[in-house]
Amino acid sequence: MFEQWELFPPMTEFLQFSSGFVFTMVAFGMVRIVRGPTRADRMMAAQLLGTGGIAALLLRSDVTETLAVVDVALVLALLAAFASAVFVVKGARTFGEVEASND
Amino acid sequence: MISAADLFTVVAVSLGAFFFMAGTVGLLRFPDALTRLHALTKADNLGLGLVVLGLLPRAGSLLAALKLASIWLLVLLIGAAVSQMIAKAARNGDKDDD
Amino acid sequence: MTIDTVLDGGLAALVLAVGCWIIVARDSFAAAVGFVAYGLLLTLVWVRLDAIDVALMEGAIGSGLTGALLLRASSRLRSTEASVALEPPPFILRAGAALLSAIVAAMLAVAVLYLPEPAPTLAPEAAANAGATGMGNAVTNVLMAFRAMDTMLEKVVLLVALAGIWSLARDRLWGGRPGPLYRTDPKAPLTFLAQVLPPIGIVTGIYMLWVGADAPGGAFQGGTIIAAMWLLVMMAGLADAPPVGNRRMRLTLIAGPLLFLIVGFGGLWLGDAFLGYPAAYAKPLILVIEFAMTLTVAVTLGLLIAGPPEREPTS
Repeated sequence: MFEQWELFPPMTEFLQFSSGFVFTMVAFGMVRIVRGPTRADRMMAAQLLGTGGIAALLLRSDVTETLAVVDVALVLALLAAFASAVFVVKGARTFGEVEASND
Repeated sequence: MISAADLFTVVAVSLGAFFFMAGTVGLLRFPDALTRLHALTKADNLGLGLVVLGLLPRAGSLLAALKLASIWLLVLLIGAAVSQMIAKAARNGDKDDD
Repeated sequence: MTIDTVLDGGLAALVLAVGCWIIVARDSFAAAVGFVAYGLLLTLVWVRLDAIDVALMEGAIGSGLTGALLLRASSRLRSTEASVALEPPPFILRAGAALLSAIVAAMLAVAVLYLPEPAPTLAPEAAANAGATGMGNAVTNVLMAFRAMDTMLEKVVLLVALAGIWSLARDRLWGGRPGPLYRTDPKAPLTFLAQVLPPIGIVTGIYMLWVGADAPGGAFQGGTIIAAMWLLVMMAGLADAPPVGNRRMRLTLIAGPLLFLIVGFGGLWLGDAFLGYPAAYAKPLILVIEFAMTLTVAVTLGLLIAGPPEREPTS
């Protein structure tokens, strides 16, 4: 029954392709940054880039057998969280308010 | 002949990639900011989880596998909080003037 | 055409597209978000080029912290944006700027494409001498041993930049607290993030510092992550920014470069030259300097992003 699997491409190519596929999906999501229309949409697209980038990097780390790329994914996760926090705090449409609200 | 672990990886990563596609389609096609956020958060975190699951059998050591799993948990945690914050911004109706 | 070539092309095209869009975008908030996305894309580019240390820096500083800086600037400019949009610069000025940018870009492209083959590089010699410090990461060797002088001066430059930012404050606010007073909401998701992430971030930062000896990482990457965590805590209102006149904080600011200087002069005495580490003590000395540097970088970057003092020191 497993004879048909002999035609299956080697694992590395498959993971390479998956990494590229996930990246392509993320690239399409970038359209949201351009189109908006709300600020939330743009923040979401940046968030997508973060999560998708992490997935693509984890797959990439397996393809190139470099463990350090997993560290890049970890740093991306933390800094994407930080960036999202800044979006929300600095993006609030308040004019001339000294105290920023974060609720 | 393909081993069971490789088959597991292929299936899990393929499903994960499919969910990423679903998330992007939702982000691009759903009518409203809140529905888009919903599609994004659920599909993407699930996609990442499946990808990590698929990569676990290939991790070199227990430590490497734990690292992968904890990255996913971290993203889940962050995603939960960030999506709430973005939802608040969407609900306040922050529109740009362009 | 392999998968990798197609991916590289797609990545390059996306980077260009996002870059162009950032310039064209009319809302500065949208452009700042685009800039964060641009930084994330560049991180992927660096990984693709096998420059993992640079990728870590790009993700941390280029995307996260610089993005925060731009967002801060955008939020402060919001009130003037409407009036500025009414009087765009004359066409001839914009055409001139576009032409100049295109010429510089073309010159860079030509320079890169026509590099002599093989490109002149000291990389093989740096790799060959890796045994001098006993550390496995070639980048850390270059930064902390072969070109330690540059790294030390870099940290001094950071301090000068910080002094420059502080000088933007009004006279009566000198020594005051940077940034606005952020209110906390104990039930808000931001507060949750600011309570849960910093421990994880600090551990990651220390890990980056430690692993930098033999694998991609280092003091700067670690310090940047810790700075981001500190800024998160400040933005959630869980801790107020310290007044910039605070003596202990100023001590941490100079700790890194000062330790570097001390080791440097010690090298004159005990070693071969300024910053010449005595052979047996190279690795421990470098680790101590890196530890101090991580602290300094974390505090410096945090204060750089927090901005000039806006409130009285005693508020």
